[in-house]
Amino acid sequence: MSTIVTLPDQSTATLPKVSYLNKEYGIKSWLLTGDHKRIAMLYLISITFFFFIGGAMAGLIRLELLTPQSDLLAADTYNKVFTAHGIIMVFLFLVPSVPATIGNFVIPIMVGAKDLAFPKINLLSWYLYIAAGCMLLWTLIAGGVDTGWTFTTPLSTHYLNTHVITAGLAVFIAGFSSIFTGLNFIVTIHRMRAPGMTWFRLPLFVWSHYAASILMVLGTPVLAITLVLVVLERAIGIGVFDPTKGGDPLLFQHLFWFYSHPAVYIMILPGMGVISEVMSTFSRKRVFGYTAVAFSSVAIAVFGFFVWAHHMFVMGISNYSALVFSLLTMLVAVPSAIKIFNWSATLYKGSITFETPMLYAFGFIGLFTIGGLTGVFLGSMGMDIHLTETYFIVAHFHFVMVGGMLMAYLSGVHFWWPKMTGRMYPEGVSKLAAVITFVGFILTFFPQFLLGYLGMPRRYAAYPAEFQVLNVFSSAGASVLGVGYLLPLLYLTWSLKYGKIAGPNPWRATGLEWQIQSPPLTENFVETPIVTHEAYDYDWLESKTPSEVPTVG
Amino acid sequence: MDSHTLAAQTSETAHIEHEHPAFLRHHFVTVEQQRETATFGMWLFLLTEIMFFGGLFCAYLIFRNWYYPAFVAGSHSLHLWAGTLNTTLLIISSFTMAMAVHAAETRVRKALIGWMIATIILGCAFLCVKAYEWHDEWVEHHVPGLNFSPAGFTHGTKAYPDDKLPIDMAEKTQVYFSLYFAMTGMHALHMIIGVSLLTLLLIQAYGGKYVEGHVAPIENFGLYWHFVDIVWIFLFPLLYLISRHQ
Amino acid sequence: MSEPKHVDEPTQHEEHIVTPKVYLVIGGTLLIFTGLTVAASLVDLPGDLNAVVALAIACVKMTLVVLFFMHVKYSSKLTRLTVAAGFLTFAAMIMMTMTDYISRAWGRW
Repeated sequence: MSTIVTLPDQSTATLPKVSYLNKEYGIKSWLLTGDHKRIAMLYLISITFFFFIGGAMAGLIRLELLTPQSDLLAADTYNKVFTAHGIIMVFLFLVPSVPATIGNFVIPIMVGAKDLAFPKINLLSWYLYIAAGCMLLWTLIAGGVDTGWTFTTPLSTHYLNTHVITAGLAVFIAGFSSIFTGLNFIVTIHRMRAPGMTWFRLPLFVWSHYAASILMVLGTPVLAITLVLVVLERAIGIGVFDPTKGGDPLLFQHLFWFYSHPAVYIMILPGMGVISEVMSTFSRKRVFGYTAVAFSSVAIAVFGFFVWAHHMFVMGISNYSALVFSLLTMLVAVPSAIKIFNWSATLYKGSITFETPMLYAFGFIGLFTIGGLTGVFLGSMGMDIHLTETYFIVAHFHFVMVGGMLMAYLSGVHFWWPKMTGRMYPEGVSKLAAVITFVGFILTFFPQFLLGYLGMPRRYAAYPAEFQVLNVFSSAGASVLGVGYLLPLLYLTWSLKYGKIAGPNPWRATGLEWQIQSPPLTENFVETPIVTHEAYDYDWLESKTPSEVPTVG
Repeated sequence: MDSHTLAAQTSETAHIEHEHPAFLRHHFVTVEQQRETATFGMWLFLLTEIMFFGGLFCAYLIFRNWYYPAFVAGSHSLHLWAGTLNTTLLIISSFTMAMAVHAAETRVRKALIGWMIATIILGCAFLCVKAYEWHDEWVEHHVPGLNFSPAGFTHGTKAYPDDKLPIDMAEKTQVYFSLYFAMTGMHALHMIIGVSLLTLLLIQAYGGKYVEGHVAPIENFGLYWHFVDIVWIFLFPLLYLISRHQ
Repeated sequence: MSEPKHVDEPTQHEEHIVTPKVYLVIGGTLLIFTGLTVAASLVDLPGDLNAVVALAIACVKMTLVVLFFMHVKYSSKLTRLTVAAGFLTFAAMIMMTMTDYISRAWGRW
């Protein structure tokens, strides 16, 4: 049953006198803060910065690929550019994007806590992130890294004369930043829930972050030790991965993908959490099959640890093992499909409205489905042998990561922007941006499926002339996509000062974060909230009168 | 319902005002909650440590199966006495650390300080023995990458005259020593971090902290220290005790 | 158990305080097992039994440390679950990696 939408009148809304933004002033009050909302804002700014650096690299790549010859960039420069694009986008944007900004901001409020369990560790996590970011920027300035984001041995340990050690240590540090975020979330979700906030009253956003945090905590240390071994191998020449000394380069691949496959779920699960919130709010219905969606997040996390070798089908692993991994890979499609079907069922008979977050969420569903299904192609060994290391792979993971996660991230940023800043973004231009992003995205990456299928290999600056038409399409799409990403940067900044005042609950959403003032107080709640309603209970929201809300600041 | 809510809240507020020790952070409701939270956080951190060392153990397992004779010879070249001594030192230090936690729980300041100092001394002793062993391996040209030479493994040793490996297998002792240095090095790094943290805690305990009910930092440090001990409990048989009877 | 003078204070919660005697017994047992594992390694056991015995003793020692020194015996289910999760994931990593290493030599179909 959906409830009729009655959005509150925003012309009468006012900004609260005291909020986390104006409680204290000065740079010190931000850089030494323990407040999860301020740390979330620090993350938001730094992640946006690195996103646009990584985006600039993507722009260079697409410009170079406009023509078949390696003319804009020399081949080795091209290698450095796509490596920088990969490392920055994966470790400094995708992994921390939703968890460290939106998750950091709303998870404590959603569970009814005053802060994350370990505020200082939360701040430390941001500083580690910045340290890693600075090291990577330094490698860019000092001459770059050209290993690809995968640090493949023995290429990275023996054959390259670039700043692999600095980049490896930077990723190591970024890994610890992500471990601390995940650890903080798990402890907060277990130990800091308000009275009455049972596990099955938690918003699905919290569930998906819980699953992603488990992956961060269990997977990232393996990446850390792997990078330590790579650095040791490069710096002093120990022989764990070096075949000339008896080591096994495939072991590197096993250990690396043991983290890096779950890492794609670290990246996508928080995005799925955003979509659950947005879908429910803008169809005014409880998420269809709440329990199934909640447990599918956990199932994705668990299955995620059993499928990594599908990245290694052509690397010389045993055929028998590849068969097992191929079968297990198919299993991951099940929980992902459960989510997609349940979101679609949530829309059914809902009273749907098309605000910007919802547009991005629709984009997510379409693009993620394509990305996910092509993942099934790649998981089946026969196809994979043909498609590995072609643009098909590139298109596949960009559909999941950019079409999926980035859409979800933008959806979330728009959805919670009124809560974070107290002001609305301009609805008209943001809808335009959502549409531009979608169109630009399809134009950029759909041709790459065709290119990959035709056999164009990835990671080369030059390509045969017959691929040019599709590459020109792709590069044209990338420039449209660039506009789609620059627009939010501009109008969201504009809205900080000129946006309409949002009021506490502009979407009439049910989460605890919408029951308090926007922007929230530093301590979130004046009194500890006592939760008596289920998640996504719109009837509860409609029937409650303002006097019955004990949690409004 | 509303009145019930209100009542619950007033009792909550009253509870907070009733006792509010200085170490209770603002975002926790009770000391109990804070302590449980900290302990759970520490356990999760140890979980990451399991996986961190887990990668090394996984590598060890594979290469030990591949190059078993090289691993035997490599293991024979270590000092059994040093490994046994270090295991003993670490187990005793775990005991003293457990006693330090006990002293904090029962709020006996002198005992707490005493057990902490004992733990630090034992930890440092462990590191000294380890440093001696590493020096020895350097002298014997067993450090892969820096000064490695397989020559020592091609014609047996006094204690183990049977350790005559063909040259290609003797080369593979490099893998053994790579893992040996990576594993004991990572372990020693954890020991150094542990001893440093313990020294900080000791200074604070000297100033009178941790005996007024706020035992969580000591308790959680204890968890870390015991974990480092456990890693060594596995490193010892895996690195030192391969086929010692030959 | 130990000095009950502060028991009425709310900071002294119901968590079990392990007695020094237990610590002493466990510490002693650990040292005995250390001796045992060294002794066992010097005896020629058939097959791979040496490695099995060494690992079994290490596992027993670990269990003792985890249960008593780290108080897991007296801890909540959540703590036990956390410990179990760590070992299960480690086991998953070993097992799935081994599917490759064991069968690599089997060759093609």
